[in-house]
Amino acid sequence: MLEITDLHAGYGQMKVLHGISLTIGAGEIVALLGSNGAGKSTLNNNISGIYRPNSGKIKFEGTDITGLRSEAVVDLGIVQVPEGRRVFPNMSIRENLELGSFRRGRARRRENLDRVVEIFPRLQERFDQLAGTLSGGEQQMLAIGRALMSEPRVLILDEPSLGLSPLLVEEMFTLIDHLNKDGLSIFLVEQNVMQSLEIAHRAYVMENGEIVLSGVAEDLLKDPNLKKAYLGL
Amino acid sequence: MELLGFSLPSYGWSTIFGSTISGVFLGSIYALVAVGLTLIYGVLHIINFAHGALLMLAMYAVYFLWNILGIDPYLAMLIVVPGGFAFGYGLQRFIIGKASHGKDEITLLVTLGVAIVIENMALFFFSATERSVRVPYDLDGIDLGVTYAVYPELAALVGSFLITLALWAFMTRTDTGKAIRAVSKERQGAQLVGINVDHIFAVTFGIGVACVAAAASLLVPTYAVHPQIGSLFVLIAFTVVVLGGMGSFVGALVGGFLIGVTEQLGRLYLGESLGVITISVIFIFVLLFRPTGLFGVKAG
Ligand SMILES: Nc1ncnc2c1ncn2[C@@H]1O[C@H](COP(=O)(O)OP(=O)(O)OP(=O)(O)O)[C@@H](O)[C@H]1O
Ligand SMILES: [Mg+2]
Repeated sequence: MLEITDLHAGYGQMKVLHGISLTIGAGEIVALLGSNGAGKSTLNNNISGIYRPNSGKIKFEGTDITGLRSEAVVDLGIVQVPEGRRVFPNMSIRENLELGSFRRGRARRRENLDRVVEIFPRLQERFDQLAGTLSGGEQQMLAIGRALMSEPRVLILDEPSLGLSPLLVEEMFTLIDHLNKDGLSIFLVEQNVMQSLEIAHRAYVMENGEIVLSGVAEDLLKDPNLKKAYLGL
Repeated sequence: MELLGFSLPSYGWSTIFGSTISGVFLGSIYALVAVGLTLIYGVLHIINFAHGALLMLAMYAVYFLWNILGIDPYLAMLIVVPGGFAFGYGLQRFIIGKASHGKDEITLLVTLGVAIVIENMALFFFSATERSVRVPYDLDGIDLGVTYAVYPELAALVGSFLITLALWAFMTRTDTGKAIRAVSKERQGAQLVGINVDHIFAVTFGIGVACVAAAASLLVPTYAVHPQIGSLFVLIAFTVVVLGGMGSFVGALVGGFLIGVTEQLGRLYLGESLGVITISVIFIFVLLFRPTGLFGVKAG
């Protein structure tokens, strides 16, 4: 579905990604693991059109989408839940969710709103509360809910478990698994290695802007190189 | 009455009421100019130094529409408001936005540059001559008992209320309005839901200029147009924006009225030249006790 080949990207003079290649198949959960500063968010933001890559290709269902503007990427159904949630703090939960369907899924806004609050009943209790006053976990739910409002075809999750209590982390992974079982393709960027590999089909490990390891999740779980690559042991 | 050893003239209630009410009318215009300014600041974080020049330009547009085509200044709103929007949109999208490369300090200088260009062009093409429009009904009005309110004053009051109300409805009820609010606090989040930030910036700037154009229509029947008229109003509008709280609509409205009334009462008691300092005094006082302005929230 999403196919990235030899992607080079960075910020101005600073090169961050040095030739990333990976694929996300329809209906898959693909995990991307890597320590702080590896370049995971940089990759996501190049896919989402926040930044433009220096070279390489990003293809979605066979068409080249490299360097497309973020609106066009959303139009295609590639939707990101960014690191740090980035909800609209000055707006209510309802408005945040409504804006999720600013471009995609506007026609079914009502139905999708119902569906999202069904998934996250906690959001409905505070529908008119400002997003900026929510707890970190609630903001994460809101960010995911906002993304679901646009009827994504590929959902990019950037460290969704970051800052959540162990119980919520567990819930989060269950939810991701459910969304995937309902047919959504998911690109899961995480530092929570074990839990990610348990729900993912395949995984990549990124180190200093390069993919150093990849394979089927189950195999990686047993791979001694994973510990070596990821934990630097 | 005495104040700090000065003896102030004592007036009857009707004079004081009269001044207060004319302050409210004046304040409504200040509010309208300030609303555009505060919107642009709140979303784009641009301190728009060109605001006054744009007001002046819009006033000339209203003047010439009347002078050449005989269009009533209030009716001219139907032309200058959309025109102001389009002009503001283009100015932000193709000049200010492009020239400043997202750096706030450069943006500031670019708007200053735009102001200078517009003001000097106005001086060159229109000369420094004051031009005024006299509508046939400019002295008609309603007797409010304590004072007599002429129609241009009433139009300013009603107009600025309606426009602020419409703006508020737009910002809270429409997707574009919500997108503007989203962009004001969370640009990357906005991009990720598919909002075109450059477009929204330009729309916001356009709305700010549209407000100024509406203010121009409301001003022309009572104020003569000349190339410096904008600076006069915008200086006060800046005060209103800071007083009300940067980025706050309600603040702009309340601040506008507060400044308008203060100015008129100051004039009444202290005379033309000294009266104006009351604005600065109130301004400093409010900021001493509320550094974020009356309705401002802390930045960040
Ligand atoms: N907006 C930016 N401008 C300049 N450099 C940046 C920017 N964002 C990230 N970087 C740099 O790019 C490198 C990769 O950062 P990135 O955020 O992609 O890492 P990451 O793998 O997502 O890390 P983490 O797990 O901490 O989120 C880092 O060295 C970082 O300092
Ligand atoms: Mg990251």
